Amino acid sequence: MDFSDTSEEAEYRETARAWLEANAPKEGLKPDRTGGADLDHHRAYQAKKAAAGYAQISWPKEWGGPGGTQIQQVIFSQEEARYNINSAYFSIGLGMCLPTVIACADEATKKRFVGPGLRGDEIWCQLFSEPSGGSDVAAARTRAIRDGDGWVVNGQKIWTSGAHYSDFGILLVRTNTEVPKHKGMTMFWVDMKSPGIEVRPIHQMSGQKGFNEVFFTDVRIPDSQRLGAVDDGWKVSLVTLMNERLSIGAGTAADSGAFIQLAREATIDGESALRDATLREKIADWYVQTEGLKHTRMRTITALSKGQTPGPENSIAKIISAKQAQDVGAEAVDMLDQFGIIRDPDISPLGGLFQDQWMAGPGSRIAGGTDEILRNIIAERVLGLPGDIRVDKDVAFKDMPTGR
Amino acid sequence: MNFDFSDDQKHLKGEARRFLEANCPTTKVRVVLNDAAKAYDEDLWKAVAGQGWMGAAIPEEFGGLGLGHLELCAIAEELGRAVAPIPFGSTVYLLAEAIMLAGSQMQKQAILPKIAAGEIIGALATSEGPGAPTASSLQATVSGGKLTGVKLPVTDGDIADTAVVLAKENGQAGLYIVDLNGAGVAREMLKTLDPTRDAAKLTFKDVPAERLGGAGEGFDLLQQIHDRAAVLIAFEQTGGADRCLEMARDYALERYAFGRLIGSYQAIKHKLADMYVKNELARSNAYYGAWALNTNAPELPIAASAARIAGCDAYWYAAKENIQTHGGIGFTWEVDCHLFYRRSRQLGLVVGAPRAWKERLLSQLERRNAA
Repeated sequence: MDFSDTSEEAEYRETARAWLEANAPKEGLKPDRTGGADLDHHRAYQAKKAAAGYAQISWPKEWGGPGGTQIQQVIFSQEEARYNINSAYFSIGLGMCLPTVIACADEATKKRFVGPGLRGDEIWCQLFSEPSGGSDVAAARTRAIRDGDGWVVNGQKIWTSGAHYSDFGILLVRTNTEVPKHKGMTMFWVDMKSPGIEVRPIHQMSGQKGFNEVFFTDVRIPDSQRLGAVDDGWKVSLVTLMNERLSIGAGTAADSGAFIQLAREATIDGESALRDATLREKIADWYVQTEGLKHTRMRTITALSKGQTPGPENSIAKIISAKQAQDVGAEAVDMLDQFGIIRDPDISPLGGLFQDQWMAGPGSRIAGGTDEILRNIIAERVLGLPGDIRVDKDVAFKDMPTGR
Repeated sequence: MNFDFSDDQKHLKGEARRFLEANCPTTKVRVVLNDAAKAYDEDLWKAVAGQGWMGAAIPEEFGGLGLGHLELCAIAEELGRAVAPIPFGSTVYLLAEAIMLAGSQMQKQAILPKIAAGEIIGALATSEGPGAPTASSLQATVSGGKLTGVKLPVTDGDIADTAVVLAKENGQAGLYIVDLNGAGVAREMLKTLDPTRDAAKLTFKDVPAERLGGAGEGFDLLQQIHDRAAVLIAFEQTGGADRCLEMARDYALERYAFGRLIGSYQAIKHKLADMYVKNELARSNAYYGAWALNTNAPELPIAASAARIAGCDAYWYAAKENIQTHGGIGFTWEVDCHLFYRRSRQLGLVVGAPRAWKERLLSQLERRNAA
């Protein structure tokens, strides 16, 4: 048991460090998610990474990737993290959409998309969720009807991150309503500039606009853009979601430093809040959780470096970190007493960091798998408990009861 | 980077599990539970000594196997899983660690080989009633090399041969090695939450006592001993908590209610998922503690605190929710759930309650942030 690199790992780290020193933007990169001028900076850096073999390091050569290992990817991410770089613009495409395209599409399509994706020239979004199905993705109603050598799509997707600046998307649609729901869906890739696609931002309760609704009105999609067999879209979507799980392990847990700083400055009954026994106990609990996640990730990385595939154990990270972020936000705001009701970056401590965290809390516990779905995943895939008794498995989609 | 046990260590752990499955089924734990006069399983204690486990981390020059603390952690996890009714923690995590940490060459030579050979049982005597002892509350006193005072409770105090005792001398707290078989020691067996791990009230009257470590170092050394023991106990807790999760899962996969397996209800699934999450966090924190213990890293106080807090939390949650998952049958004497329920609290208190460890963690973090 030790934390040091093997000699090959150390060498890789050294090279990556030197490359980052020469090429990483010193001021960091944080996406504003507008897709405006800020995106050009991200693209410039992403193109450099691709040229140097640091974009999607573990992608095999036959995909057009550098053919490195998972552990090299982890090492590069660790080193890159020092520069405060967030590549959210490209993560959905590279982490989920393109692996799905690569797994299902013909050679020409792969060749067409992999290079521009790696360089950041083209951005992808994932069009799965619908108003009628959040956790229940297979409840999708957006309809595709065959028309000659193509399909005509009508319906609505929701919670689509980055749809407003995406060039392409992968789209899960209903192609058959006569069979049970999992058996009547098909996956396509789609050009987001196709006529009939309209993107509208969602105004979140936190005030931000990071997600979208995407409306499809008589959108024509050639059959050549189909990924996988007709009515086999559920299986294809599992490829996407499996890749989502693999990328979760790279996430980072919260740092208790900012909270301790705030607690030191705030006062309770005329004393530094950091002297409050109740608060101290809570900070200790959060610290232990965060450390637990950090070291669980170390165990995952160790498994990766031995060539093993991490399992759904990674689901524990978001269960803990999302709820903890909400709890920390609530506690931090409470600590300020009446002053806590102010949410103004000019007046609130630390630029209103914790007020924002408190407002974002409910979203974190829902996005990317709700607390409840993640518990189901652990119960079923790790512990081997039975799935829920289903009332929708053997019913034709058209006969399924719906709310409205 | 390799944040895992080696293949050899995993092999040892597998051997330990097989050995304990053969030599320490819960029927043997129950023999100690059911007989108020029986303090521990003497046959198991001898068998464990035969495996050399007491000396796993003791250097060869003192009669041990000289393996290291990672090996001891692997063994600890299996002992926790088996709710072994033996004074292993008192003897190995506390007495042996105390002597290895602060003992003179002579003290090491006198005591460690006997521990490694399974010839003596140890104890650490600090408490003098409710609450943790403090510099101002400490009553036990050493004067002219003789100890006088009362320690209550002392885990394994009724069966131990040698104890390390916290006492004051000239107003300064120190640790003292005391032979409990000599004159002037009165032992009174106590009734405990977990009768598979006994405790006693020890009364000392002019008992010869030899100082361990420097004068006035008592609380400082005690904390270091607790740090080391906390990591090892965290592995016992992880082992016990994992066993609770397995029992709950197995029961949820065989018990029907309202025409379906109870394991198909989300109320049960989510409870067991929460158990799994806590157990994984405890395991990961324990691993970090093991690394810090084995390398004697400066991070040990923080790592040990985190391992202890997570271990206490996970075992308590798993033990109580295991009973809840079983329903009424889990509340009976015949079903094993209560063995773990009892042990979770015993281990949760034996080197101090989580409340104190949280405070300790915070002070350490403040110190680190200030540095």
